Amino acid sequence: MSEHTPKSGSVLTGDGFSDSGGTNVVVKIVDLVKNYYLGSVVVPALRGVSLEIKEGEFLAIMGASGSGKSTLLNLLGCLDRPTSGQYYLGGRDVSKLDDDELSEIRGRYIGFVFQSYNLIPQLTAEENMEVPLYYQGRITPESKKRVRELARLVGLEQWLHHKPTQLSGGQQQRVAIARALVNDPYIILADEPTGNLDTKTSYEIMKLIVQLNDMGKTIIMVTHEPDIAAYAKRIVMMRDGKILSDTINENRTIPRDEQEPLPVGQN
Amino acid sequence: MALVLKIGVKSLLLHKVRSILAGLGIVIGTAAVISLLTIGAGSRKEALDAIKALGATNLIVASVKPPQDSSDATRRARILKYGITWEDYERLSSIPTVWRAVPIRAFPAEIWYKANKFDGRVVATNPRYAEINRLTLLAGRFLTDRDEDTIDNVAVLGFDVARDLFQYEDPIGKSIKMGNHYYRIVGVMAYRVPTAGVGGSLAREDYNRDVYIPLSTCRARFGDWIIDRRSGQFTAEELELSQVTLTVHDTHQVRPTANIIRTLMERYHDKPDYQITVPLDLLEDAERTALLWAVFLGVVAGISLLVGGIGIANIMLATVMERTREIGIRRAVGAKRRHIAQQFLVEATILTTTGGIIGLGVGLVTPEIIRYVADWLFDYEVTTQILWWSLPMAPIIAIVVGVLSGLYPARRAALMDPIEALRHE
Ligand SMILES: Nc1ncnc2c1ncn2[C@@H]1O[C@H](COP(=O)(O)OP(=O)(O)OP(=O)(O)O)[C@@H](O)[C@H]1O
Ligand SMILES: [Mg+2]
Repeated sequence: MSEHTPKSGSVLTGDGFSDSGGTNVVVKIVDLVKNYYLGSVVVPALRGVSLEIKEGEFLAIMGASGSGKSTLLNLLGCLDRPTSGQYYLGGRDVSKLDDDELSEIRGRYIGFVFQSYNLIPQLTAEENMEVPLYYQGRITPESKKRVRELARLVGLEQWLHHKPTQLSGGQQQRVAIARALVNDPYIILADEPTGNLDTKTSYEIMKLIVQLNDMGKTIIMVTHEPDIAAYAKRIVMMRDGKILSDTINENRTIPRDEQEPLPVGQN
Repeated sequence: MALVLKIGVKSLLLHKVRSILAGLGIVIGTAAVISLLTIGAGSRKEALDAIKALGATNLIVASVKPPQDSSDATRRARILKYGITWEDYERLSSIPTVWRAVPIRAFPAEIWYKANKFDGRVVATNPRYAEINRLTLLAGRFLTDRDEDTIDNVAVLGFDVARDLFQYEDPIGKSIKMGNHYYRIVGVMAYRVPTAGVGGSLAREDYNRDVYIPLSTCRARFGDWIIDRRSGQFTAEELELSQVTLTVHDTHQVRPTANIIRTLMERYHDKPDYQITVPLDLLEDAERTALLWAVFLGVVAGISLLVGGIGIANIMLATVMERTREIGIRRAVGAKRRHIAQQFLVEATILTTTGGIIGLGVGLVTPEIIRYVADWLFDYEVTTQILWWSLPMAPIIAIVVGVLSGLYPARRAALMDPIEALRHE
């Protein structure tokens, strides 16, 4: 795996690869199977999933409850190991790494955005953004500068010294997004990022996510809501632990400027 | 590392009351250990000093007023005769292992200089007395063998006697009056810290209130009676010698000599009007007591720190459970298991170390408070001695307790499944 350090000059370097060209495969999974074992009962959560995601893609994963979306996202996020199958992240097979190696991969190459924000309550916004760097031992004066630039990008430069409880849901999710960006990861994984937010705030968060994607970030998002999935470039439908369909989103919602009225009529 | 500490402190401050309560066990444990050590060392030092002052190669035979049977009450006028006799002294000093024998005859007396009176004690003895009691002179000379031979009326004053009677005058060459006779002052002793009593067998001694005169002079001037008519009362006793201090060459000779003394004294005394004190035995008793005390302290320290440690472990376990979600978040953004374990270990250690340091402070102040209160309320003097090696021990032990009690909670935290932890409410 190539050495992966943020380049100066740009907040988002957007390339995890040296030979950047927009067509690199960031994620490749082959016949991924995940079984949960509850005593003697086997629960097949994923039953052979294959997928290829290129750099700069914006993927929405949809499907009924229990179809295996979160399971897939957890595997992509290296929070868990597949029962069988391969997972190549940035060209490296990560499906059989041990716990410490997976932690390292998560810390360096993956950004998470959760439905419930998942900030650490006793830390300020700025400190929360720095946590991934902390475990890499990479908190430096330059990283501090980068955190401030990211805060500006997500519109929170005034709120750096506030605790999560002093922030609104939308603001907390912005902190979480900045935290996901701080290591300049290969992929950003978002599980229902707008699930806890109202329509207006959801729109603002989606606008930010689309903006990141426009800047070159690869985004994989799980959602139930069709009008949230509508922002994605590609939509994967799952059912019973398998991919039902994998299509390019023809009618993509493009966020407009803030001054304009909210999009209406899309349920 | 600095950051781990910072995060640890922040997390602990999030639950101030809980953290304080958790640390309290360690505070009390450490404080108790330090206080007990300080007071224990003080009383041990006091006892050992007192015994050492008696000398390990000395044996002391003292006269004791025997218990009086009821018939004595009806014959109150009779003069009680008891104690060590001159014959005893001759016998004891001729024991081959004894190279030095110092007889003394001590009794309370009024000491007069012009119109000033001092209630002190006359100690009639020989010139070796200063040696065996390690008394030093402030001015003049101590008693000599010549004084003894010439039965001279000479006296050497204790520090307090000289100070109270003479204040700014030079006592040397002046005369004091005791009983019906005048004595010429030939020396003044330097101040000597009074010795503590040892376990009931030896009384507290204040050398500063004594006046020394030759034994021969005493026999000639006071006879063998001791008449005390101070503060209006009148008692009379017949007592030849109050004490004989015998010295042997080597500590190995102490016990055999003690046995000989016992045999001799038993043969010539049919009532228990004497007591034999062996400082060496007292020393060994005191050391045994000190050892017991150390064991007791160890047990107290062990129990209190164990209880404190269990408290910390309990609190840390609750903290780990409560912060399951946080653990999941940290794991998701790249924390390894050891990072999580370290975090909780550091928190436990911050708690115990802070507790240990506060406990150290409390433990140093408490003996002083006890000393003050004991002196003020009960007029009892408590000696304290800070053991300097115990000061770094307190935080070191606290750190060890912190790590030990944090171990299990930290392991629980580290082994959590990140996905489960993230789902935790
Ligand atoms: N830890 C687990 N132990 C046992 N079974 C599990 C576990 N996690 C998920 N499952 C099962 O695996 C299947 C897929 O679950 P998953 O959470 O991936 O669904 P999902 O598509 O994310 O659903 P939702 O939309 O409700 O979030 C379900 O049948 C679920 O019950
Ligand atoms: Mg789910």
